[in-house]
This record gives sequence, structure tokens and C-alpha cells, in this order.
Amino acid sequence: MIKVLLFAQIRETLNCSQLEIGTDTLDTTPITVAQLKTQLAERGDLWHLVFVEQDLLSAVNQVICDGDHPLKAGDEVAFFPPVTGG
Amino acid sequence: MGDTILILDKAFDPSVLSAELTSADATNGAQVTFTGMVRDLTEAPVNSMFLEHYPGMTERALEAIISKARQRWALGKIYIVHRVGMLYPGDPIVFIGVSSGHRREAFEACQFLMDYLKIEAPFWKKEFTPDGEHWVDAKTSDCDAAKRW
Repeated sequence: MIKVLLFAQIRETLNCSQLEIGTDTLDTTPITVAQLKTQLAERGDLWHLVFVEQDLLSAVNQVICDGDHPLKAGDEVAFFPPVTGG
Repeated sequence: MGDTILILDKAFDPSVLSAELTSADATNGAQVTFTGMVRDLTEAPVNSMFLEHYPGMTERALEAIISKARQRWALGKIYIVHRVGMLYPGDPIVFIGVSSGHRREAFEACQFLMDYLKIEAPFWKKEFTPDGEHWVDAKTSDCDAAKRW
């Protein structure tokens, strides 16, 4: 299982802060962050809008990562817009 | 020397933090502090603001930024305090305090910490204005500010 966290306007647009993705096939066919985004984009029109057309940052286990970062079972993956603190 | 990273959902008093920093580090001669506050610009008034963050990653990201600063300058004690939740015009959002042996290191490290916090720490602002609510867009100028280091 991979835990996916969503923040800020992405969380609001999709009305979803957290979801779990089954990882039965991960051992045989590893996927990357970019491939996970493609899978999430297939969940519906709004998901497509967010995961294909918006400028998102991603973090794996709380560290910012590029799209080619490989995922394994138990990972925590977060997607969020560019940060605006301070 | 232990650093202080605090994510608070209640108001804080920058003068108290500044005094804490002074008493925590009596050996260093320089101390620079920065406080960022919620603005109330008359041309674009903000009634209130909501600050969201990513618990866990926020602390890790701030620790990583502090570690980068310590590689560049010899620093004493470092404070990074950031608000989350609902804020109102005039409320302090962020406090950064740095002590060091000399003023140059303290000034530069304080700016460095703030510049990187702006682009690497997972906080997001939503503004509530008389015209409605909106998430604040990230600014290119903030990326440029961090690139100069």
C-alpha cells in the first residue's frame, strides 16, 4: 500500500486529503512518482485537471522528489502546489 | 547547540522569543531576528488568512534548511517559529532568530533561512478578502531570492 496525501487547493478541488493505493503489483512492476500521477489522473475529470494540467510538487516520505523517483510499498507520497509560507 | 523549531496554532509574541534567544546564548555577540506579519494592504484588503502545512515534513524541511545554513556560517542558536491556522492582519506569521559571533554571519544566515523557508517549507496561505477567498500563488521573486545564495 502507498499512502497519498494532498494539500491546499489540490485537497479542496478533489475534496480528498488522503487516499491509499494498493501495491499488489509493485514488487513485479515498480512505478515512479510520475506514473502514480498518471494513475491518479484517471480517477476523473477533476483529477485529470489537477494531475495533468497543474504545476505540482511531490514529496516521498516527506522529502521533495522528482517524477522519476521509484516507489515501494509503505511509502508516503504527497502532492501539493508550490509553497507560500513565511 | 540545540535549535528551536516550533509550529504553533496560537499567537506568539516575537519579543518573548527574542528574549529567549538572548538568554539561551550569552556567549555570542550578535543576534539578528526577523518577524513576518499578516499585511492589510488598503488596495487589496485581507480580512483573515488560513495557513495550512504538512505536519512532519514541515519540521524535516526546516531542519534541512538550518543544516544548510550551519554549513555556510558559524552560528550559535537558531530559532524558527511559524504559525498555522487562522491569522488576522498584524498577527506575526513567522519568526527567525539567529545568534553568532559577528553581525555579518547573523544577518546573512537570517536572510538565507527566510529565503529557503519561502520556497522549501510546506506551508500554504489562503486569504479571505471582501471579494472572497483564494489560495495565494507562489511568487517567482521568492525563487530568485533563494537562488542568489
